[in-house]
Amino acid sequence: MMIQSLGQNLVFGLLVGALYGLVALGLSLIFGVTKFLNVAHGELVMFGGYACFWAFSLLGVDPFISIPISMVFLFLLGAVVYRLVFSRTVKLPEESKIKNTLLVAFGLSVILQNLALNFFTADERSVTTSYAMKAFTIAGVRFPVMRLASLVVAVLFLVALTLFLRKTYTGKAIRATAQNWEAASLMGIDIHKVYLLAFALGASLAGVAGILVTVNYSIYPTMGLSWTLKALIVMVLGGLGNIPGALIGGLILGVTESATSFFIDSNYREVAGLVLFLLVLIFRPQGLFGMKES
Amino acid sequence: MTKKKIILLILIVLCVVLFAILPLVIQKDSTINLVITVLLYMTLASSWNILGGYTGQTNLGHAAFFGIGSLAARLLWISGVPFFLSFLAGGFAAVVLALLIGIPAFKLRGVYFAIGTLALAQILNLTVSNIFPEMSYNPALADYQLASRYYLFLGLAVVTIGCAYLLVNSRWGLGMMAVREGEDAAESLGISALRHKLLALVVSAFFGGLVGGAFAYYHLSYYLNYPFSPEWTFDPMMMAYIGGTGTILGPIIGSVFFVLLKQLLVWNVGEYHLVIFGTLFILIVLFLPGGLIEAWKRIQNLRHHQKTSGPGGLSRRLGSWLHSLQPKKG
Repeated sequence: MMIQSLGQNLVFGLLVGALYGLVALGLSLIFGVTKFLNVAHGELVMFGGYACFWAFSLLGVDPFISIPISMVFLFLLGAVVYRLVFSRTVKLPEESKIKNTLLVAFGLSVILQNLALNFFTADERSVTTSYAMKAFTIAGVRFPVMRLASLVVAVLFLVALTLFLRKTYTGKAIRATAQNWEAASLMGIDIHKVYLLAFALGASLAGVAGILVTVNYSIYPTMGLSWTLKALIVMVLGGLGNIPGALIGGLILGVTESATSFFIDSNYREVAGLVLFLLVLIFRPQGLFGMKES
Repeated sequence: MTKKKIILLILIVLCVVLFAILPLVIQKDSTINLVITVLLYMTLASSWNILGGYTGQTNLGHAAFFGIGSLAARLLWISGVPFFLSFLAGGFAAVVLALLIGIPAFKLRGVYFAIGTLALAQILNLTVSNIFPEMSYNPALADYQLASRYYLFLGLAVVTIGCAYLLVNSRWGLGMMAVREGEDAAESLGISALRHKLLALVVSAFFGGLVGGAFAYYHLSYYLNYPFSPEWTFDPMMMAYIGGTGTILGPIIGSVFFVLLKQLLVWNVGEYHLVIFGTLFILIVLFLPGGLIEAWKRIQNLRHHQKTSGPGGLSRRLGSWLHSLQPKKG
């Protein structure tokens, strides 16, 4: 019995971890390419969630079908935010770029949060589809359909993003810019376009993550910070700007949280993740799998 | 030089006296509460500024010190310790926390420090809400006097700003600013970055904790984890930035501006003051890192240049006098 419920916890941790990985994927892409520390990422996730919620409750669109809607909406939002705000910091040296974008993103999160409060009210919302409660059991361990679907979506987007970055010409330009923007710009790559694209893509990934958050948890205007922190934890665990690392980091966080629920107290789930985060920051700032910068 | 200092001193004393007699002139509780809010934010933003502004360490976890101060003060006060002792204990609790986290935190440089402190404050926020899930009620509800709260906040604001002024104009203050401008350069001149950062952290935390204690004395009922919530970091930080970080006047101007804006807008459109304040904050970080103080300075400089093209005279001297009144920017 003990083993079984431990197994159940592990499975839940892994399934939740995939979602965490997806939440961090966009943040990691943005940070890896542009060195913008966009701590308004949680707010982007929130807006993605609201896009899904309104599509479901007003038009009756299934949450998984609303993925493209949310992505387009967040892509545009990301592009506008980049143009208006983040593009001003492109020319700064790296350290002050990170610091300034961090501050700017905080201002942005305050704005987005209060706009959401004003237009969407403070109510907690979520989407419950007809198949939300379905689950199947293998060897006494339950696999809820929604969580499994989230895992599939997260892995799909990770693979798609990796293929895009590796196989397409635009993807190669993005990777070149991430490695060295000055050299890339000398090779004729339009840095501003690449940054815009990376930022908007990162935002649209936040949109996808928002949908999964809406169907698995709930959304409300002040949810941003805790999801931003989750994304930061995952990003630091997986290595800053390391794309596949995001999924691994997500799984580690998911399992850490579920182990904390199992052995200690489920109220300390989030605390455990944050403590892990601090420990990694202090002892291995390059991430668990990251390489030391030369 | 001394003449200007005397005039400045008289102005400051006048200001404090005005604040001190305010509750005698205006009896309306709502006005007193408003001024208390201004004083609270002013003190909190000034205490943040010592580490965040003068020493250049962006502390995104100041709410931890505010929270621990209020928690210690409230719990001791409720259990029967005289208030003033509980209040001081709040400040010392924040110092202990600062010393505990100081060494590991300062192993983190730059942005790692910022997100590390953010995580730390959130850890405390969640843990306190787990341990104390119930609402805390003010034990002195029967003989609650607003005036005593008001003077506590006023005295605290004066002491905090005064100490900040003395600190940043001392040798230690110069060292802190040197660390802000370049840690390696400062180290190469024999300034211990760690010691200066620790001192700034401890002073900043101490006053942050004391404001927390005053908050515990002032508020009737609240959840004990509420003072740990991130808004107690971000609002004062935005105030310091909008007024001008690394100046004494900056957080004062920023906090007055914030509360006035809140008052003006809250009647019309919900939480829009935060939308406007956030926008202003972004604009200032991007285009005017010195804040409103810097803006004023620039206007003065512009005037100064216009005047100097002429034969000079009174207006020119007035201009340069006004200019010299600005706080020195490190």
